Amino acid sequence: MTKTAPAAGFVRRLAGTLHRRPRLQLSLLLSAPLTWLVLAYLGSLVALFMSAFWTTDTFTSNVVKIWSTDNFKTLLTAGVYREVALRSVGVALAVTVICAVIAFPVAFFTARIAAPRWRPLLVVAILTPLWASYLVKAYAWRIILAEGGLLEWLLSPLGLDGPGYGLTATILVLTYLWLPYMILPMHTGLEQIPDSVLDASADLGARTGRTFRSVVLPILLPSIAAGSVFTFSLSLGDYISVQIVGGKTQLIGNLIYSNITLDLPLAAALGTVPVVIIVFYLLAVRRTGALSSL
Amino acid sequence: MNLSRPARIALRTAAGLGFAVIYIPLFLVLINSLNPDRSSGWPPPGITFHWWADAWGNAGARHALVTSLKAGLGATAAALVLGTLIAFAIQRFKFFGREALSFVVVLPIALPGIVTGVALNTAFRTVLEPFGVGLGLFTVVVGHATFCVVVVYNNVIARLRRMPGSYEEAAMDLGASTFRAFVDITFPLVRSALVAGGLLAFALSFDEIIVTTFTAGPNTQTLPIWIFSNMARPQQAPVVNVVAAVLVLLSVIPIYLAQRLSSDTASGSRI
Repeated sequence: MTKTAPAAGFVRRLAGTLHRRPRLQLSLLLSAPLTWLVLAYLGSLVALFMSAFWTTDTFTSNVVKIWSTDNFKTLLTAGVYREVALRSVGVALAVTVICAVIAFPVAFFTARIAAPRWRPLLVVAILTPLWASYLVKAYAWRIILAEGGLLEWLLSPLGLDGPGYGLTATILVLTYLWLPYMILPMHTGLEQIPDSVLDASADLGARTGRTFRSVVLPILLPSIAAGSVFTFSLSLGDYISVQIVGGKTQLIGNLIYSNITLDLPLAAALGTVPVVIIVFYLLAVRRTGALSSL
Repeated sequence: MNLSRPARIALRTAAGLGFAVIYIPLFLVLINSLNPDRSSGWPPPGITFHWWADAWGNAGARHALVTSLKAGLGATAAALVLGTLIAFAIQRFKFFGREALSFVVVLPIALPGIVTGVALNTAFRTVLEPFGVGLGLFTVVVGHATFCVVVVYNNVIARLRRMPGSYEEAAMDLGASTFRAFVDITFPLVRSALVAGGLLAFALSFDEIIVTTFTAGPNTQTLPIWIFSNMARPQQAPVVNVVAAVLVLLSVIPIYLAQRLSSDTASGSRI
């Protein structure tokens, strides 16, 4: 035979060995991803949070590797950090709630009221803005909210003022950015409710409101939880939108950002705040089974 | 549900308003690229294609676009390999830490980008710099791939769950080796999931700004970074408007591609 025969034989033998040894197969599958995710990613995360226990020389801005919990003490005692942390959580919660409230009628329409042949097209219409750039969308709102912009032009005949740049604008833009992430799981959840369940509720004498509270909402909760993972965690870590439309508003992301070059340990300590909140949030949501439906 | 007529009308109106709010900003971006007014005031005093010509000749924007494409392709390639490997390992094997691994995969996208960014930045500077690898395109690709893995993983594992293992067993019973069965049976079955996951990964990378800020170094500028640093400059505003409009128009391509893929992977889950 030609030269390829030994090579083919080797491949064949290798395949046989792999087939007989699933553990070897597994370790080959996992070695690269584990090196990357666990060593590179988790490793650098752990290193960062270790550095939260170091301090910075106030004169040289150099990191001093002496174990101390000063950064966390500062975090808990200094009013400004507590205020900003609370504000960030408040913004994330507000965005999540507003998204859920706006998403419900849209998802209800696309999943149950619109004619079935239009539904796939409507799902595409929900998805489309997700593919448009994050920055472009935030930038669009910067133009809309600007002085002499679209919103002022719309509101001034009514004698109203736009919100301008600030906290309201930040919540508005974050809601706009993450809304599709809430509509989609809600659409899927609503689509899966069998008609018979709603009919049964009506037959038992429940009015629309009662059916919504006692039947639709409980079935929909995992979908809302799934959507809220995005709206909540994406809002909590955001610092770009705030810079674009937030005016002087500070969120936890801005504080981390502004401390990185001057005081990395403090920035790391600040970074633990959203991470701890989000990890607990994810674990809580995982209990509802919502993560597997993502 | 038997909704009353007013309730139906109310829901229709609310949904219509919702869609209007979703789309108006995007259309505004398109219109604004033709706005002769430098400060993007509303209503536009006229229409001009002057800025489009300007943007075409803008070297910074073009260079940033090329960098973004390179970073996106690199990150997508790495994410496709890693995400597929993890999906196969988790779906086909039982091992210690399996649950934990499926959680760790989601972490890079769930944690705030700034935390991931700072962590990678510090790690790169302490580990890679002694080897002469500075921050640049390579570190951007590594950073992006870290959070792109999850979208590939999700698409592939969803497909594997739906795929009966009996196909592969049948191929092996007919004499196919492990590799042969993979090439002829498994790979064609997961191919569209890979395409969908790759598409999502590319879109995520192409759009990313926060992790990029911390992994790019001073000389590497992706398109989002270029937009962000030129956004507040009145001089550059018209060109930024055009680049924004181009990005809105380009977003139609992945939607079209995703629609052509089978429905179970079609971009439904962007994570």
